[in-house]
Amino acid sequence: MERKTPLYDRHISAGGKLVPFGGYLLPVQYGAGIIAEHMAVRERAGLFDVSHMGEVLIEGPDALANLNRLMTNDFTNLRDGGVRYSLMCNEQGGAVDDLIVYRHGPEQYMVVVNASNRGKDVAWMKAHLQGEATLTDISDIVALLALQGPHAADILRALADPGALPKKAFTFVEELEVGGIPCIVSKTGYTGSDGYELYTDANQAVALWDALLAAGAPQGLIPCGLGARDTLRLEAGMPLYGHELGEDITPLEAGLGFAVKLDKPDFIGRQALLERGEPQRLRAGLRVVGRGIVREQAPVFLEGEPVGITTSGTHCPYVGEALAMALLDRRACAVGQALEAEVRGRRIAVEVVKLPFYQKPGK
Amino acid sequence: MNIPKELLYTRDHEWVQETGDRVRIGITDFAQDALGDIVFINLPEEGDGVRMGESFADVESVKAVSDIYSPVSGRVAAVNADLLDSPEQINADPYGAWMIEVADITDRGELLDAAAYEKLCGEEG
Repeated sequence: MERKTPLYDRHISAGGKLVPFGGYLLPVQYGAGIIAEHMAVRERAGLFDVSHMGEVLIEGPDALANLNRLMTNDFTNLRDGGVRYSLMCNEQGGAVDDLIVYRHGPEQYMVVVNASNRGKDVAWMKAHLQGEATLTDISDIVALLALQGPHAADILRALADPGALPKKAFTFVEELEVGGIPCIVSKTGYTGSDGYELYTDANQAVALWDALLAAGAPQGLIPCGLGARDTLRLEAGMPLYGHELGEDITPLEAGLGFAVKLDKPDFIGRQALLERGEPQRLRAGLRVVGRGIVREQAPVFLEGEPVGITTSGTHCPYVGEALAMALLDRRACAVGQALEAEVRGRRIAVEVVKLPFYQKPGK
Repeated sequence: MNIPKELLYTRDHEWVQETGDRVRIGITDFAQDALGDIVFINLPEEGDGVRMGESFADVESVKAVSDIYSPVSGRVAAVNADLLDSPEQINADPYGAWMIEVADITDRGELLDAAAYEKLCGEEG
């Protein structure tokens, strides 16, 4: 039985088509449709309920040491108000999850994990916790809204002290009133466009949702569902756990080496990653050259020889092309390489292109 | 939900319009709404055979791919090639955006009238 987020009634009344995802009933789209929602985020603003995400506090004198052992990234120089992306690996170097870590203080961190991995992650972290550190799963009392798009900052300025908003990407402000509602406001997101993520008490979620939609309406803000969230992250070349990442896919194969600090003294999976050496398959971006849409799990061929499989793919509305990501043999990964993907018994021409498919203006 | 009275319908949410000895086939308002934004369509070519109950086209929305089934057996006499370049017409005008016209019909399946189809949609909706 799927659970409801605090915004369930709002999704119903806004015409959301609800589907089960990560144990929750969430809107795949609203009345506007995935393309309109996607375009709103690229050109104006969109509001997502991502309350299904998991939030876990790691606290205590040994909190940092534990994070540095559990995660592939290095948090030693993360400051208060800083956010950092990381992988958490198993002993074989496969990904248990990808996540972001917030530093509230030298002994207090918040880890935000994928909804579908929450139970597994909490069990994994608890089992590996050492020394003086505690773990508290606060997912059920925290709601998370993502306000994304070029107008997101203007919308927030109308509801919060403009000078107090986080300025740099991957930073956050600990306590900020947005429309009178206390929030953690972080300049982060999963769309490839500028934006913010707002954490608040679950019982304040509806008030925050309503305040944001009302303030943002003149700027073209609309509610967006999981469908647009997926097409946006795909267009932005961001991995999704269960697709580009998994227990049997290493972060290096997924092209996430920037978040893997092999020069750290140790972390779970480090030894395996070192022993495995240069990955023999890599995540690559594919553009469909022929006619059709290539989705996940399509076998990919180089001159008739199988070289891998797609992990995500659909029509990406802003770029206006059918795009996919794939895990491919190294030899097939050069930009410009002509390949074929097999879809429903038909081979479709694709070519390797640079990731991300979309970058926001000015980057 | 728009269900024109003058058309006939399949249980798979195709609509059928009889014009003399030919039929035109498309997908219903219910079907386009369930699929969401349509971004690609694969159509047969003129002269191809179609068989009752078998797929003659596939339609891709952002979310998923769906087969379109023929309610008749026969020969494709005309194809609405405009849809290849602008498949979004199917969302905007599902009953104007016919897909194929079939002639030389040798077999046809059970079709529903508008009232019966509306009832089916109510049960599935």
